[in-house]
Amino acid sequence: MAARKHRRVGDSPLVRRTLIGLAVVLTVLLLFMPLVLIFVQAFAEGWAGYVSNILNEYTLHAIGLTLVVALLTVPLNMVFGVFLAWLVTRFRFPGRKLLTTLIDIPFAVSPVVAGLLFLLLYGSNGWVGQWLGEYDIQLMFSWPGIVMVTVFVTCPFVARELIPLMQQQGREEEEAGVVLGASGWQLFRRVTLPNIRWALLYGVILTNARAVGEFGAVSVVSGNIRGETNTLPLQVELLYQDYNTVGAFAASSLLAGIALITLVVKAIVEWRQSRN
Amino acid sequence: MATTDVMERPAKRLSAPATKRVLPGFGLSLGISLFFISLVLLLPISGLFIRAAGMGWEQFWFVITDPRVVASYKVTALAALAASLFNCVFGLLMAWVLVRYEFPGKRLLDAIMDLPFALPTAVAGITLATLFAENGWYGQYLADLGIEVAFTPLGIVVAMAFTSVPFVVRTVQPVLEEMAPEDEEAAMSLGASDMTVFRKILFPTLWPAVVTGGALSFARSLGEYGAVIFIAGNSPYISEVISLMIFVRLEEYDFPAASAIAAVVMTVSLLLLLAINVWQGRYLKRLHGG
Amino acid sequence: MSIEIQGINKFFDKFQALHDINLTIPDGQLTALLGPSGSGKTTLLRIIAGLETPEEGRIRFSGRDVTDLHVRDRRVGFVFQHYALFRHMTVAENVAFGLNVLPRKERPGKPEIRKRVKDLLEMVQLEHLADRYPAQLSGGQKQRIALARAMAMRPEILLLDEPFGALDAKVRKDLRRWLRSLHDELHFTSVFVTHDQEEALELSDQVVVMSNGRIEQVDTPLELYGRPDSRFVFEFLGQVNVLSGRIGDGVMRQGDAWIRLPEGCENDDAQLYLRPHEVRLTQAASDQAHLPFRIEAINLIGAEVRIELKPDGWECEELWEVGISHTEFNARQPQRGDRCFAVPDVGHLFCEHAAEPKTLEWR
Repeated sequence: MAARKHRRVGDSPLVRRTLIGLAVVLTVLLLFMPLVLIFVQAFAEGWAGYVSNILNEYTLHAIGLTLVVALLTVPLNMVFGVFLAWLVTRFRFPGRKLLTTLIDIPFAVSPVVAGLLFLLLYGSNGWVGQWLGEYDIQLMFSWPGIVMVTVFVTCPFVARELIPLMQQQGREEEEAGVVLGASGWQLFRRVTLPNIRWALLYGVILTNARAVGEFGAVSVVSGNIRGETNTLPLQVELLYQDYNTVGAFAASSLLAGIALITLVVKAIVEWRQSRN
Repeated sequence: MATTDVMERPAKRLSAPATKRVLPGFGLSLGISLFFISLVLLLPISGLFIRAAGMGWEQFWFVITDPRVVASYKVTALAALAASLFNCVFGLLMAWVLVRYEFPGKRLLDAIMDLPFALPTAVAGITLATLFAENGWYGQYLADLGIEVAFTPLGIVVAMAFTSVPFVVRTVQPVLEEMAPEDEEAAMSLGASDMTVFRKILFPTLWPAVVTGGALSFARSLGEYGAVIFIAGNSPYISEVISLMIFVRLEEYDFPAASAIAAVVMTVSLLLLLAINVWQGRYLKRLHGG
Repeated sequence: MSIEIQGINKFFDKFQALHDINLTIPDGQLTALLGPSGSGKTTLLRIIAGLETPEEGRIRFSGRDVTDLHVRDRRVGFVFQHYALFRHMTVAENVAFGLNVLPRKERPGKPEIRKRVKDLLEMVQLEHLADRYPAQLSGGQKQRIALARAMAMRPEILLLDEPFGALDAKVRKDLRRWLRSLHDELHFTSVFVTHDQEEALELSDQVVVMSNGRIEQVDTPLELYGRPDSRFVFEFLGQVNVLSGRIGDGVMRQGDAWIRLPEGCENDDAQLYLRPHEVRLTQAASDQAHLPFRIEAINLIGAEVRIELKPDGWECEELWEVGISHTEFNARQPQRGDRCFAVPDVGHLFCEHAAEPKTLEWR
């Protein structure tokens, strides 16, 4: 809130109103309406229809599998993200910049390629896959493969949220803590964590949303076996291709709900951070 | 000058020992990070390149220059370009409006910019397909105008544009926020019109961010799968994207072909990523004073 | 607890920040590390604390070698330049931090901790802010809390990094006075880093002047000001008037300027350094010194009048500055452009071929 009002480019009422109007209209058309469509279609058969679609046996299984994948992926990536952020922002060592670039790789890689990577390595013809096959362990086309691929695709998120923040906050508070006698864990719990908790929360929620929604990579490794290796997004595809549009959107509404929660959490986190 | 009598030579160390790091956890965090990155990232990626290399150059070339595959390169690249250009304009507009103006509902608008990031691609896919289908909410009006979106390359552009909206907006916003009003005031007090100030003062600072966001958008769109396949129609040579090509080869159990195409895609993505990082390092750092 | 610093060399990549530093900081004294930016003073302070590791050299606390000891185990108090208060803890929690992270065996009970915190906040006169957060405090308050936090651990050595650098002049003066009285009461060994020579001279028992990673001089403030060892120290500690010339037969000359030197000085190229208050202004030259000037500017600054002088018939790199009292100013009414002469009372001679400067007196 500036005490003095600045005169800036684009302040004239005409320009202002035109730009705002244009922005609002485009946003509504491009972003809001799709959201609305999801819920309108989901409830096209009324509440009873909606509930019965959700409670469909295969859909329920897909929900369960998706939850399991998220429950395994998110903590793993959270721990990794925290350690990487600590490493990269609190120490100087050769190769530090390289590490921060490496972590962006899953962002740049097409999800189908990501799935292929793991299929090549762990599929029954891959190096590791062949070796595991001797012990009768099959990772691809079953839930462990889905988890691995999801971990790959979502590993940058926590680190990318934490690194700029921890970089900006600097190491002085932690140094002060060390001078006062704190051990590593005390330092993290009492000094660092309170400073990063909102960014960490958002990173975790975002990881969760992306883990739950991953489609391309999971399509490649899952085998699409209805009732066994279908995650919720795959189930959405299945229902849609079976022309069960309402069922597909009912399942989608759950995923859209998670997306909305993610957005709300982000808004809260930003509000909190701007307060500081 | 106060000196102490040195009775013994001070111990000489060639470099500060690693154990002397002030903050704890270096060893542990390095170990975990390297282990994780090797296992999850480096191992699979090298596996791909090794597999692709094992194909032999001739077969590799044959596969990646197959006409259908080449058609998918073109379709994907052109659509991604169109989508990124749209997002450069749209993203700049949104960033401008969100940073510079106050109006009711602004918070909501800001929040929903991230929707494509949080929404699963398959959901985006079926939603866009339904919206733009001939009898869809948008499709019906567009059909009256003679514009077909669903099952055409235009649909691919729409899907790619949707999924990469956040990239430009979120890259340009911080740059806009940091701009000092004093620069504009100074220019305007010297008599410059709004358009001139924008061109000479604001745009030079903005365009690196717009380009970065556009490049990120382009890189993302190249590999987009879930949002595209429902609306694209997927007719070979016309509306097939690269990621679908790879998937098709996989379904045919043609692993070598899939690997070869994937290796090409992976290389392009990595190069793009490198270029974006270097670009960001040079231009965006310069703006922030290094 | 005394601090012995022996043979410290510190490198940051290729850059050598400290060259062979040897220094003793006596027990119970307040020592200032004074120098311009880049002199290495903060690096030295952090090495004493254990926040940096030297490539060579040893640090001893009262004879005990602590060079290989981690900062956590050195039990020093450190006050950071920008306070480094924990932003998510209240003032009371900040001060209690060191006590709360003690290993269980050594940790006092909660009531004991609360009492200690209360006593410390009373000592810094901020008990009423115990439940506030650092963001709600002023700079001076933050600094006092940072100090209380460090003192909570009852350290025998307290290290302060430019503690008053970011504060207003008045707050700085108050805090300086307060730190000195605290030190006199509690008798810990303190080392503080500053680039403000006034602060160093006012506060400390011993001043260590540093430049470019080396120690220029270590002395009490009085000695330092009165008998600077080197040109650098001289120039750093305030305004200096310089006459460069050649000594021949006991007289130093340059252009129209000459000055008779009291003791037998070798023929040499030399510079004579004079402080503003060591020089008097006169209408005519004396038989000891002929230093002609024209008045360039007259500045009325608070309690005294500062006259800037341009050399007449000879040259110097920077204008001379001489201070006169208001009474004298009113009596003589000097004007810009007036011709006058400077007559020194005390001067410091730096000969090109002599190792140390000579302090000269004319009476």
